Amino acid sequence: MSGRTWVSCFVASALLPMVAAADPSAARQGELIHLLRHDCGSCHGLTLKGGLGPPLLPATLDGLPAEGLVAIILDGVPGKPMPPWRGLLPEGEVAWLVEQLQAGAIDVE
Amino acid sequence: MRIDRRMLLGGALATAFAVTASATELRGTGDLGLVVERADGALLVVDTTERRTLRRIEGLGDLSHASVVFSRDARYAFVFGRDGGLSKVDLLTGGITHRVIQAGNSIGGAISQDGRVVAVANYEPGGVRFFATSDLVPLGEIAATYGADDARSKVVGLEELPDNRFVFSLYDADEIWTATLGEDGPTVTARFEDVGTLPYDALVTPDGRHYLAGLFGEDGMALLDLWDPAAEPVRILDGYGRGEAPLPVYKMPHLKGWSVAGELVFLPAIGRHELLVVDKTSWREVARVPVHSQPVFAIARPDGRQVWINFAHPDNNVVQVVDVPSLAVVGALDLGPGVLHMEFTPKGEEVWISVRDADRIDIIDTASLERVTSLEARSPSGIFFTARAHRLGY
Ligand code: HEC
Repeated sequence: MSGRTWVSCFVASALLPMVAAADPSAARQGELIHLLRHDCGSCHGLTLKGGLGPPLLPATLDGLPAEGLVAIILDGVPGKPMPPWRGLLPEGEVAWLVEQLQAGAIDVE
Repeated sequence: MRIDRRMLLGGALATAFAVTASATELRGTGDLGLVVERADGALLVVDTTERRTLRRIEGLGDLSHASVVFSRDARYAFVFGRDGGLSKVDLLTGGITHRVIQAGNSIGGAISQDGRVVAVANYEPGGVRFFATSDLVPLGEIAATYGADDARSKVVGLEELPDNRFVFSLYDADEIWTATLGEDGPTVTARFEDVGTLPYDALVTPDGRHYLAGLFGEDGMALLDLWDPAAEPVRILDGYGRGEAPLPVYKMPHLKGWSVAGELVFLPAIGRHELLVVDKTSWREVARVPVHSQPVFAIARPDGRQVWINFAHPDNNVVQVVDVPSLAVVGALDLGPGVLHMEFTPKGEEVWISVRDADRIDIIDTASLERVTSLEARSPSGIFFTARAHRLGY
């Protein structure tokens, strides 16, 4: 990563109010969003509106407990194409992704 | 012909120029193709002889998982978008001649044997919709209903067949259906139940005789002999995993375009890092080729001498080449993360490979495995050449 990117990441995270200690770094957040769109998106749609897997939009995830969604992502759904991501994604990053998904904080367009 | 977008957008004068230009500068379409720039909803029209991009077409909506079929005159492409969009694109002018949003969520489609009808497989609402290739006027729908409450299943593995028929699978219902389209619209001609758990995609052999559906929920595939009107789907490759737990699948294999190379068919073992090699007359497994990771596409060079494979996340930087006579992996290329698709030139001397995260199309010589050149493309995914126009199941 170039020095300039580091600086802008630093500035970006410094400007974010109330960043929880466990939140991924700004650079890592960008990578996670890329993974969400492209690698989750191959089954859930690039815009998360659904494909072979269900939509991952706030309206469809509303009312589902965050811990349950984190568990599905970490352990997958046995017998269904939803794969386990444990080993590829640490739990803290998955929790952050679920938070973003439920809040509709990801610009998918 | 050189018409840039400024000219096309520039109104009457530009149109007049375009007409003159296309009338004076005749060219064929047999060496043209399309590259999907999926994040931008755009297409590149490419020339495989000149190895260059001719023009960019924008405004095609959500092209994640987009696929393309060609009119039989190989001038027009029908583009199936994830968002249910169906667009007819003119490769020679770069224009979108017709576009409909025909469903909420769709997965791909097929063009009839006679070239008059394009059929789209939909997830939402689950079923198949048919359109005239001339102007995309709707010709009817088959709702993929199943069970006591007539729920609608996602449709996958839609393929055209000889005698102007179609065949497809119902992901949620574990069924395979065949259909025809007559004067009064589409009719279902056969419905096969309990074909196996979670059919996720399918292929038809180049002769149109066999339909092979991949099953996510079990070690095996469903095979239907379409030349035998009394045939039922049979299970082949039963228990190919030999009872071992499958590895997780981070990207579903695509079966359309999977390889039939001479008498051999190369199939993905779901959740395993191997290709299953099946004899096309007995439909028995004759060999297994251990490969780098979980295969997504395995595509035969048009002469059937080689099979090229790409892989699921997190190993999608690698492409491997299998030599068909020896069934050995004879080459591997590390092209960078996000290798999504491969397409051979019509007679296979080169293969074009999309490398999504490098914003690049690599053109590789299939004899030397050396890179010939690269083209820029933004987040490229599918590559489709017009040679598909005259092949069944493409
Ligand atoms: C190979 C295909 C595939 C991939 C890749 C995939 N999923 Fe899934 N996912 C599914 C399927 C299919 C289901 C539905 C499972 C079922 O039938 O219960 C699902 C279900 C889910 C659910 C539960 C949704 C609900 O409404 O119950 C969540 C959350 C989810 N996936 C998140 C993700 C995330 C995040 C990623 C990427 C890190 C991902 N998935 C990658 C196929 C996939």
